[in-house]
Amino acid sequence: MTEADFNTVLPEVVLAVFSMAALLYGAYGGKDKTAPILVWITSAIMVAIALWIGVNGAGVQTGFGGMIVNDAFSRFAKVTILLSGAAVLLMSESYLAKRDLLRFEYPLLVALATVGMMIMVSAGDLMALYMGLELQSLALYVVAALRRDSVKSTEAGLKYFVLGALSSGMLLYGASLVYGYSGTTLFSGIIQTANAGEISLGLLFGLVFLITGLAFKVSAVPFHMWTPDVYEGSPTPVTAFFATAPKVAAMGLFARLLFDAFGGVTGDWGQVIALLSVASMFLGAFAAIGQRNIKRLMAYSSIAHMGFALMGLAAGTAGGVQAMLIYMAIYVTMNIGTFAFILSMERDGAPVTDIESLNQLSKHEPLKALAMLVLLFSLAGVPPLVGFFGKFYVLKAAVDANMAWLAVAGVVASVIGAFYYLRIVFYMYFGEEGNGIDGQMAPIAWAMLMVSAAIMVVGVINLFGIEALAATAADALVK
Amino acid sequence: MVEFFTETNLGIVLLILGQALLVIVPLLLALAFLMYADRKVWAAVQMRRGPNVVGVFGLLQSFADFLKYIVKEVVVPAGADKAVFFLAPMISFVMAVIAWVAIPWNEGWVIADLNVAILYIFAISSLEVYGVIMGGWASNSKYPFLGSLRSAAQMISYEVSIGLIIVGVIISTGSMNFGDIVNAQKGDWGLFNWYWLPHFPMLFLFFISALAETNRPPFDLPEAESELVAGYQVEYSSTPFLLFMIGELMAVVLMCALVTLLFLGGWLSPIPGLPDGILWMTLKMAAVFFIFAMVKAITPRYRYDQLMRIGWKVFLPLSLAWVVIVAFFAQYGAFGGAYARWTVGG
Amino acid sequence: MTVFDFIFYLFAITVVTAGLLTVVSKNPVHSVLWLILAFLSSAGLFVLLGAEFVAMLLIIVYVGAVAVLFLFVVMMLDVDFAELKGEMAKYMPLALLMGVIILMQLALAFGVWEQSDKAAGLRAAVTPDITETHNTAALGMLIYDDYILPFQLAGLILLVAMIGAIVLTLRHRTDIKRQDILAQMYRDPAKAMELKDVKPGQGL
Repeated sequence: MTEADFNTVLPEVVLAVFSMAALLYGAYGGKDKTAPILVWITSAIMVAIALWIGVNGAGVQTGFGGMIVNDAFSRFAKVTILLSGAAVLLMSESYLAKRDLLRFEYPLLVALATVGMMIMVSAGDLMALYMGLELQSLALYVVAALRRDSVKSTEAGLKYFVLGALSSGMLLYGASLVYGYSGTTLFSGIIQTANAGEISLGLLFGLVFLITGLAFKVSAVPFHMWTPDVYEGSPTPVTAFFATAPKVAAMGLFARLLFDAFGGVTGDWGQVIALLSVASMFLGAFAAIGQRNIKRLMAYSSIAHMGFALMGLAAGTAGGVQAMLIYMAIYVTMNIGTFAFILSMERDGAPVTDIESLNQLSKHEPLKALAMLVLLFSLAGVPPLVGFFGKFYVLKAAVDANMAWLAVAGVVASVIGAFYYLRIVFYMYFGEEGNGIDGQMAPIAWAMLMVSAAIMVVGVINLFGIEALAATAADALVK
Repeated sequence: MVEFFTETNLGIVLLILGQALLVIVPLLLALAFLMYADRKVWAAVQMRRGPNVVGVFGLLQSFADFLKYIVKEVVVPAGADKAVFFLAPMISFVMAVIAWVAIPWNEGWVIADLNVAILYIFAISSLEVYGVIMGGWASNSKYPFLGSLRSAAQMISYEVSIGLIIVGVIISTGSMNFGDIVNAQKGDWGLFNWYWLPHFPMLFLFFISALAETNRPPFDLPEAESELVAGYQVEYSSTPFLLFMIGELMAVVLMCALVTLLFLGGWLSPIPGLPDGILWMTLKMAAVFFIFAMVKAITPRYRYDQLMRIGWKVFLPLSLAWVVIVAFFAQYGAFGGAYARWTVGG
Repeated sequence: MTVFDFIFYLFAITVVTAGLLTVVSKNPVHSVLWLILAFLSSAGLFVLLGAEFVAMLLIIVYVGAVAVLFLFVVMMLDVDFAELKGEMAKYMPLALLMGVIILMQLALAFGVWEQSDKAAGLRAAVTPDITETHNTAALGMLIYDDYILPFQLAGLILLVAMIGAIVLTLRHRTDIKRQDILAQMYRDPAKAMELKDVKPGQGL
């Protein structure tokens, strides 16, 4: 290991060392009493690292013999992950504290999961990929069961763990096949052996198993079964976390694996991804219609959104990757705002998740209702909000890659999906007066909701320039 | 004739068989007298006379016991898992015996000169717990089960610190071969060159962990007579019981051999000038065994929570810290290179 | 067949048989015991490959520690296995069908066993020459130098597992009496007992 190697993982090292130091501080410095301050420090450090990566990073550095690749793509993904992680962490503090769930380990587990995600998006080797993935997943299994006295939460943790272990098994099996047939675990080595036309059948099997394992993690249909239950059972801030950073990391890893290691055989995996994409979009759209529980609804919504993001990957072009990155960034922003609102849904101090409790919200809380209206419209992809541009980019990428059928399917699915978002809006504005929600929003969550809604409106001007950043990132990945 | 033993398959097998017998038969004989010595020491401490009827001074007591064990009836408790019930003592015995293939008695006097000999011994001694745990479970009876659970937890806990202590010695030597480890302790100062001096605190930790690992008093909780009757051995009788006894004592003697090889210079002579040899090895082992016997006689039994506490909260941090310290000393050649006697690499 | 081949087949057959019996054993304790046999035999295979260090670690870590804890837990489980079996029998045909299909598909893949031309070279590029270094030393160089990153990440994963176990299970109960070890150790006869001179026939 040289200094250059070390520098490629410096942000990860800083975050990991911080979490270990904070762990000692928490364990010896007052246990759960230290939790609020740790939440703040962890978020601050994550934001600082994001800024540091965003400002300082340039060019392509590889470390540890190619095991870590630090390029524009990984930096884009890392900044998104860190910022969204920090935002979700901040807004979860008051919710958890109110319900006596604010353990000092929570911010540390989130930080360690973030380390795993950062490794994932910059992995250049199957081993680094697996280690990052496992570090992230293990921390997530634990936080899913954070409310350990609730049957639903423990069930969510257990279900996530068992299915996650199964998917890890598939991933490892695929990785072993890939290693067996290509003789290396390095992406830069695999791509030499996986050329179009001469890729061996065994290597292809390995690729399919790898895709299966990763599809579990991004909850693409048909590997989505865990998502609604886990989203519903986990404490809401944890659900919010699940719906944001890990999704970006998993998509980033997906793209990294497909392009860095199997970039030579785009056609072979393009069809698989396209299938996953179509199935996810339609299942997400149809299954959410029957949902009354907003957390389950958001689970199906995230499945559908993953379908759209996968569409960008399926295109197999730099434009597709760019579209995917833009889509993920927008998706994460929308979800942070939406979950900031869901966190505040409570009646008599107890959280409620029934969407009918939102009836006539516009009368009691016009501003919040308006913000939610914007966010829901954006989630549905109604023009001219930012959410529409996300969808527009992936559809365009699909059309450009001669996958017009995929684009058409996407449009149809998005129209169907709009129904359940708009139904919530209907309840908020025209629903019957009933048992509404009465909770006060914590200032941070309120700010997140408003900022996120404002971004959805203001962002239409130039998307805050992420378009160009995503283009650089995509070019770094797709050579 | 020599070719027959080194070239043909049959010859090689016969040769190994002969070597094995050469180790096992004297060892089992010695074991009979060690058992006797153990009881005599115990008796002396308690101002009793101990075995003194069979043979001169009771020297043949162990052989009388042996005969008694093998001619008694084998009793299998109702509801016992027969296969596992009989497998358990066999495992206990076999594991205790096969560990000896890697123990050298003198320069080059070893059946299998493994590169990872010390790991092999460690692996085998970690398997010994199965005899106990299987025996306790298969008996289908409460006390044996409790005993076996205690034993499993106890042996695993102390294995950890034994492993870490061994790591310290390995760092000093740079090899996992016993020959290398003993030769690294050779020097002009006789017994002051041995590892007991540079690794001084670890000698005690190792010895105490060895007591726990072999379920000897004061850590004999798995078979505590006064609370669990005899722990996992309750339902055993006759030959299976004998196998357990032999296995247990053999593990103790193995630990004596390990202490000797790792810390007391193996077959090296303590006084510069005197010839090295197997005599020193056996003498040192006997001395360590004497301490084992004394400890059994003079210490009261630990409580279970104390046992676990001292294993995890005292021994583990100490031995872990020692590994780090030794690594630093070895790297920077502290104390005139006393910690860096690398025989391989460097 | 040389002795070497014979030993290989002995270990290989044992691994497969023990693995199978692990799955089909009715008694979970037996399952774990078969699993241990499978571990031991695979350690034997590692020795045959010349990787004795890995073999010993396999025994120490898996057989000596992990499997003991398995056994520990399984012995204390109270599960109605008849019920579980009934549940399993319901899904057995479907599971078998899927298993057979995957097996056939994989047979297709392995039937044409063609590695990439570059595979052999890529595979050899990572490891030091076996004739020059001892396998334990080579392993050390690889793990602590080339592969330090995955190694340290594995450490982080274990840390997370440890935190997780504590977060999810540790309950600090306040309604029980605890041992204060230090207080126990610092007790001496002066504090622990009182000597009284009792006159005959009077009592206290």
